[in-house]
Amino acid sequence: MNNSTPNLKPIIAIKDLKKSYGDNHVLNGFNMVLNEGENLVIMGKSGSGKSVMIKCLIGLEEYDSGTILVMGKDIRELNHEQLDELRTEVGFLFQGSSLYDSMTVRENLEFPLRRHTKKFGVIKDTTPLVMEALENVGLAQTVNLMPEELSGGMKRRIALARTLILQPSIILYDEPTTGLDPITAKEILLLMISIQKKYNTSAIIITHDVDCARMISNRMILLVDGINYAEGTFEELSISTDPKVQAFFK
Amino acid sequence: MNSIFKIVELFNVFLLEIGELSYFAGRFFKEVFKRPFEFKEFLRQCYYMGNRSLLLVAVTGFIIGLVFTLQSRPTLQEFGAVSWMPSMVSISIIREIGPIITALICAGRIGSGIGAELGSMRVTEQIDAMEVSGTNPFKYLIVTRILATTFMLPVLVFFGDCIAIFGSFLVENLKGNVSFLLYYNQVFDALEFGDLIPATIKTFFFGFAIGLVGCFKGYNCKKGTAGVGLAANSAVVYTSMLLFIIDFVAVFVTDIFYDL
Repeated sequence: MNNSTPNLKPIIAIKDLKKSYGDNHVLNGFNMVLNEGENLVIMGKSGSGKSVMIKCLIGLEEYDSGTILVMGKDIRELNHEQLDELRTEVGFLFQGSSLYDSMTVRENLEFPLRRHTKKFGVIKDTTPLVMEALENVGLAQTVNLMPEELSGGMKRRIALARTLILQPSIILYDEPTTGLDPITAKEILLLMISIQKKYNTSAIIITHDVDCARMISNRMILLVDGINYAEGTFEELSISTDPKVQAFFK
Repeated sequence: MNSIFKIVELFNVFLLEIGELSYFAGRFFKEVFKRPFEFKEFLRQCYYMGNRSLLLVAVTGFIIGLVFTLQSRPTLQEFGAVSWMPSMVSISIIREIGPIITALICAGRIGSGIGAELGSMRVTEQIDAMEVSGTNPFKYLIVTRILATTFMLPVLVFFGDCIAIFGSFLVENLKGNVSFLLYYNQVFDALEFGDLIPATIKTFFFGFAIGLVGCFKGYNCKKGTAGVGLAANSAVVYTSMLLFIIDFVAVFVTDIFYDL
């Protein structure tokens, strides 16, 4: 487990979040707080609404009711420009990496950069920023490769570099180790920890992977039937006698 | 009774689709004048769409010119009107056959390509990734592609028309010993600006329709690989239908202007 103690200053707060697709009620009043510098792991079965929740959080999905405050701003009250501005502070690592496959690694990293002149000013030469992000993930040599030339683990790291290039204060990880072999998965986790230490980011990590939760979490939430069923540290939850909680640790 | 409900439901779906497509087109016009202008991406799309369709348009145009002349020649010969061949070929190709055939080919080649590309970007969450990085994927992906098809189709049509007329000349030269200069003199003698301008204007609308429908289908693609296939397929079907409707309206409007 990650033992660094986070500040107890909320950076994301979700209150009574509800989301349905027709008769399928995915989130039934989900509540959550992410504190500054904290790694919050959210575990749940497939289809329990974990990914829907973080997509609501970043404005990719509309939600039915509830409140989402990101850095004190209610995301429903933001217009498109304000939401884009806020998104520069919130990085998102997709489950499938989602690299732009018609662009080289350099172009993938430059793409978000050249659009955010408010945050970075006009950048004439993006190379130092691109190289720094790639060196952070240990893949500086791939700068001119196309995504199709990379392995699954490398793609995940490049996607992480692309997330980091905007220097966000919050990173949302959607199943960062899914589909990777145990060694690569561990490398990605170590990378996530080192990034958190280096940039002092806060993170929400959606995962099925107990090892991932053990290594990286400061706190965990178990999402069952669309609500936060149990909450606590990894140690607290792993010794719970509740069968629904135990099912996650078996 | 059940089939009536089904027809009503299908009609509802059709109207919904028209509504969504109109909204999509409205968003395009809203975004097209907003900064930043993605000029580099627009040029890249023009290159891909124009350059990669050239050969197909050239081959089709050449064959159309060739076949059209071969088929019409015996009939014109019967009436002793073979000398009318260049005029007939040029007017029919420039006014109608060239634009509609080239547009249909591009609907298959470019429209389906856009549908499949954007569809797979949607499925693999690349469009979502653009959105969460605080960029505007609509501006980067949609506006550039629709503009590229709108401006490249007239160029492709012009190119296809030239090749078709050349194909027709080859037949005339082989069968009737007509010289290049004589043939082209007759081609241009028959043509007026009244033939060229409406035909050119409608190709812009054809290009716009190809880009719009391809982008609409791809951008709103349902999840899964089947969704990508469906997006590509329906982009071609809807565009082809729309092209004929636009053509009908264009001919109708041109006719009104001629009457005036």
